[in-house]
Amino acid sequence: MSESSLAAERRPNVPEAMTDTDLVLHAEDVHKRFGRLEVLRGVSLDVRRAEVVCIIGPSGSGKSTFLRCINHLEKIDGGRIEVNGHLIGYRERNGKLVEDSERSIARQRAEIGLVFQRFNLFPHKTALENVIEAPIRVRRVREADARQQGEALLDRVGLADKRDVYPGKLSGGQQQRVAIARALAMNPALMLFDEPTSALDPETIGEVLDVMKGLAVDFRTTMIVVTHEMGFAREVGDRVVMMDDGRIIEEGTPEHFFHNPIEDRTRQFLSKILA
Amino acid sequence: MTVLATVDWHVVWQRIFHPDHVFARALWTTVYIAVLAQVLGVILGLIAALCRMSRLLPLRLLSGFYVLIFRGTPVIVQIFFMYYGANLLFGFTLIPNSVSFGLFRLSGAVIAGILALGINEGAYMREIIRAGIDSIDKGQMEAARSLGMTHRLAMRRIVLPQAARVIVPPLGNEFNNMLKTTSLLFFIGVYEIFGDADVHYSTTFQPVEYFLAVAFWYLVLTTAWTAIQAQIERRLAVSERGDVVGFWGRVTEAWQPLGAWARGAR
Repeated sequence: MSESSLAAERRPNVPEAMTDTDLVLHAEDVHKRFGRLEVLRGVSLDVRRAEVVCIIGPSGSGKSTFLRCINHLEKIDGGRIEVNGHLIGYRERNGKLVEDSERSIARQRAEIGLVFQRFNLFPHKTALENVIEAPIRVRRVREADARQQGEALLDRVGLADKRDVYPGKLSGGQQQRVAIARALAMNPALMLFDEPTSALDPETIGEVLDVMKGLAVDFRTTMIVVTHEMGFAREVGDRVVMMDDGRIIEEGTPEHFFHNPIEDRTRQFLSKILA
Repeated sequence: MTVLATVDWHVVWQRIFHPDHVFARALWTTVYIAVLAQVLGVILGLIAALCRMSRLLPLRLLSGFYVLIFRGTPVIVQIFFMYYGANLLFGFTLIPNSVSFGLFRLSGAVIAGILALGINEGAYMREIIRAGIDSIDKGQMEAARSLGMTHRLAMRRIVLPQAARVIVPPLGNEFNNMLKTTSLLFFIGVYEIFGDADVHYSTTFQPVEYFLAVAFWYLVLTTAWTAIQAQIERRLAVSERGDVVGFWGRVTEAWQPLGAWARGAR
């Protein structure tokens, strides 16, 4: 038996998709309903390693819902989502999808970082405690090691001096940077940003975008960013996806969106946010 | 003045400043019953609150039924039922004659009393704890889960510690009530401070002296508790901005009428 086939045999669970490509996200025909309202009507999206994908679209178009489906904060009603080749939230049994156990869903979520519009820092914990909580409790990292990593992360987002400060004393931009550090502390394969600058004062938006740019450029982090910051999309985005009414209606490079968007709906939307 | 003249102030003075051993025992009984019943109440209230929020219908129904029964009937009925009725109802000895933990011995009446007061208290604590949990932004649970925490871990590490801050003030009120409600246990023969007062009254026929003195002792207990509660709240409020009411602030707040008078006098 040859060397390579032995290696393949030792790792029988590695799906084919992973071995051929470096697909981080594979979403296929995702459907989501809230009661009678169909929020997602068949969304498909592939994201490769180190890619930065920006999702734009009017409110109610399903962008945030799609992001929340990726880490199973919302259950999907149809289709499938795979991250690093692993089906999210469900397991396949006799060709049917059955919801996974809470524990394994939690394990999957740990691989996917999510940054919220409203930060959602833990107000009863300091900046550093926010960052190290999950590594210690979920990953069982030793506290001393977690602290060291946490301090390095806070340094990376420019907040090393705010280590022992409670979120209530931080500005919106600072809180969001701590939230980014908190998500990064789990070493996620994929970072999701849900309108990370929408709740910020105009003058603090820049500092958060700079941190995100640093992640994309210096650390080659795979990111999906729901945002209206077209400047950010142009500078670091590899691809822009336009959603409307629960569907992806247009997809392309940032340049494509700036110069010759095809759909009327996209043109209309862009003229409003770029005005 | 003639009315006051009939009061034997010496007795009141004695009961307050030179309590005898029997009274000291009764005071200790009052305190530990209140503490144990409150602890039981918090535990049951937490369980019931979590059941209420459960996905399983039977647990939600059970929680609702619990509150319906124990908030809907008088606590004195529950106490009597527990002491006189529970063993007959269940057909086994739920309430033993006495239980000893080494040096510490609890009589059957005390056990029945702690159970009855604790179970009753749990029904009220459920609402308080649920309101506390509900007051925490849903984003907290989502953030915790997005980091890979299970529901249980997120509850324990993220939601409940924050809810505690909301829960503690009404919990303090509940314990204040509990300290006083223990007096009902005299009716099943528990010798606590109200019982002690009543025993003295029925042998001396001096109701004013003994009940006045015992009222003072209840006031001591509740005031001491108010101070302790302020400390707990202050510790919980550490990360919050401003408006931390200190130890003495809380004590004077408890004596507000007096405080207002003092400020007026200044």
